[in-house]
Amino acid sequence: MKDLKTTFTVSIYTENNLGLLNRISAIFLKRHINIDSLTTSQSEIKDIFRFVIVVNASEFMIKRLVKQIEKQIEVIASFYHTDDQTIFLETALYKVKSKSLFDEKHIQKIIKNSQANIVTVSPNYFVIEKTGWREDTEKLYNELEPYGLLQFVRSGRISVSKEPMNISNILGLNSDK
Amino acid sequence: MKNINNKISGAEAVIRSLIEENVDLIYGYPGGAIMPIYDELYKFQEKINHVLTRHEQGATHAAQGFSRVSGKVGVVMATSGPGATNLVTGIADAQIDSTPMVCITGQVASHLLGSDAFQETDIIGISTPVTKWNCQVTKAKDIPKILAKAFYIAKSGRPGPVLIDITKDAQFELMDYKYEKCHSVRSYKPVPDYSIEQIKNASKLINEAKKPFIVFGQGVILGDAENEFKDLIEKTGIPSAWTILGLSALPTDHYLNVGMVGMHGNYGPNVLTNECDLLIAIGMRFDDRVTGNLESYAKQAKIIHMEIDPAEIDKNVESDVAVLGNIKDTIPLLSSMVNKNSHKEWLEKFNNFYDIEFKKVINDEINPTKEGLTMAEVIKEINNSTKGDAIIVTDVGQHQMVTCRYAKFNKSKSNVTSGGLGTMGFALPAALGAKMGAPEREVVAVIGDGGYQMTIQELGTIFQTGSAVKIVVLNNNFLGMVRQWQEMFFDKRYASTELVNPDFVTIAKGYYIEAEKVSERKKLKNAVNKMIKSKKPYFLEVTIEKENNVFPMIPTGASVSEIRLE
Repeated sequence: MKDLKTTFTVSIYTENNLGLLNRISAIFLKRHINIDSLTTSQSEIKDIFRFVIVVNASEFMIKRLVKQIEKQIEVIASFYHTDDQTIFLETALYKVKSKSLFDEKHIQKIIKNSQANIVTVSPNYFVIEKTGWREDTEKLYNELEPYGLLQFVRSGRISVSKEPMNISNILGLNSDK
Repeated sequence: MKNINNKISGAEAVIRSLIEENVDLIYGYPGGAIMPIYDELYKFQEKINHVLTRHEQGATHAAQGFSRVSGKVGVVMATSGPGATNLVTGIADAQIDSTPMVCITGQVASHLLGSDAFQETDIIGISTPVTKWNCQVTKAKDIPKILAKAFYIAKSGRPGPVLIDITKDAQFELMDYKYEKCHSVRSYKPVPDYSIEQIKNASKLINEAKKPFIVFGQGVILGDAENEFKDLIEKTGIPSAWTILGLSALPTDHYLNVGMVGMHGNYGPNVLTNECDLLIAIGMRFDDRVTGNLESYAKQAKIIHMEIDPAEIDKNVESDVAVLGNIKDTIPLLSSMVNKNSHKEWLEKFNNFYDIEFKKVINDEINPTKEGLTMAEVIKEINNSTKGDAIIVTDVGQHQMVTCRYAKFNKSKSNVTSGGLGTMGFALPAALGAKMGAPEREVVAVIGDGGYQMTIQELGTIFQTGSAVKIVVLNNNFLGMVRQWQEMFFDKRYASTELVNPDFVTIAKGYYIEAEKVSERKKLKNAVNKMIKSKKPYFLEVTIEKENNVFPMIPTGASVSEIRLE
């Protein structure tokens, strides 16, 4: 189906170049594709960066999009994967009033059951961290929300592919470790 | 390159780098943020000719015209802010038509970046979607390395425009100069490896095909593969049609040249696209103006796509066999594997369709009996006068389609037009660039009265450089192509398409360019001959029948086989 949309994770290996983020996001913009999340970090190879971009799009579109990304001079290689082809996680932080922790006994149970970590506790607030799939962080959000969240933030997806991407080969370096 | 021990300025490094890249011609326009570079240009004027256009857009189109006829990289310079933003249309045009170009813009000093300083604009941000590569330089020491990379990227693989933005402090800063040409960038593979297996598969399809058909584009010209291409088609006897940018890669008179595909292309190649059993696309990208409705484009045929840019494979039309790589390498390999053949009956079909088109459209256009002059008869006179040896530059619109349909070409790199972007105002400055890129050749610009007025000020540049460009304005006092669509699809509601024009002859004469206007058929031949004989710039205005339409035509959204003759 040409128009059937699903979630794809686009992985892009790049040189660290000023303006490349702009160049890559422009490729999405030109095709009217919304970026659900975007993370960039150092990759497994020194001085090579990795973008992980999550989009909801048709495979028809994503195939063409990845080729356009790969065409950019500073892009070494670009791939797309479905969820079952990757291992992926997101991290969320929840800032809650300290008072709630003592007043609402139920909160302690929620934290314990969700296997979230308490990152910091201060007289006024405490911060919980939960890493997992979107459903996990969302479930915790839904449970904590009635007690009042001072702040909530979720990172973009980070992911590694199950199959090798062989960037070292493309660059003519040693094979992937 | 030896080390130069004395330090030089970044600005001087720019000029020395350009000389290293064999640049001897720049089109540009000075301004505050690029003055140090212009100061160095003044010192190096024996080695580099700078042509001052009348608008930065004109500089980009001139550089494009220069590049398209010479195969060299066109070089443009402009200042920051409005100087830089005025380049954008030409850069976008070069990007979509794969023209190698290096644009150098001045930028405010690096400590002012982001402060909304006078004439500061984020040209890197603005030009990103329309450049093959761009880069801002804030340190003089980076200039040679970045410029070397710029030239390498602009001309390698599928060519395109590159913009280098240099802050004013980097132009002043002193540095140790050393130039090394760039031969590779590790993250960039300009020419993908070809697969001999795929070439074998392609040859198999060609050998089995009963009704094979080739559509070729500018890739044949950019790949410098005209001879290899001709050898292939002559061995296989395959009828071959061109896209607008492929025009002139194969001589008009060649027995296998069956004309143009696309919206205003020829009848046969469009209709028979949906009858061939094998479509071989060579150095072309299946633009929507070529394919019409994709859902009914060559569905019955197997598709071979020979292309240098992997992103073009399966972008619009999915291929059965994709042959990546430089066609200069892949076509000879393919030729060595295919059987000698001649598809006489199949070729005859194209000729039959041509006869129909001739009777219904072409004859009336080139041999009109009605009073008003047609665009096609002007082109016929230009053909007669130049014998098909001229470089023909066109703008955008009806005159462009008519010129491409009827102009005769004997040599490659002779058709200069704005294809992908469709930039009105392209032709006049592009013709100047073409003349400077091929000074020994006749250059005729054919322009509509609308587009002419978009860059008319470049008459000043033509006059100042004394370039013997021949300018023909086909004047129907309309934005003709839009008017034709209004006539056909908007019940003749001519919304803002009628032009009240000035006296073009007086304007040309104001620039000291010899000029003439013709409104009668009997005077046309002499007027064209006089223009072609002139050794100087020359302007000829021809009054055209107001409602002269371009046919055949594939309406938007229709299939190529639904092409209309009237």
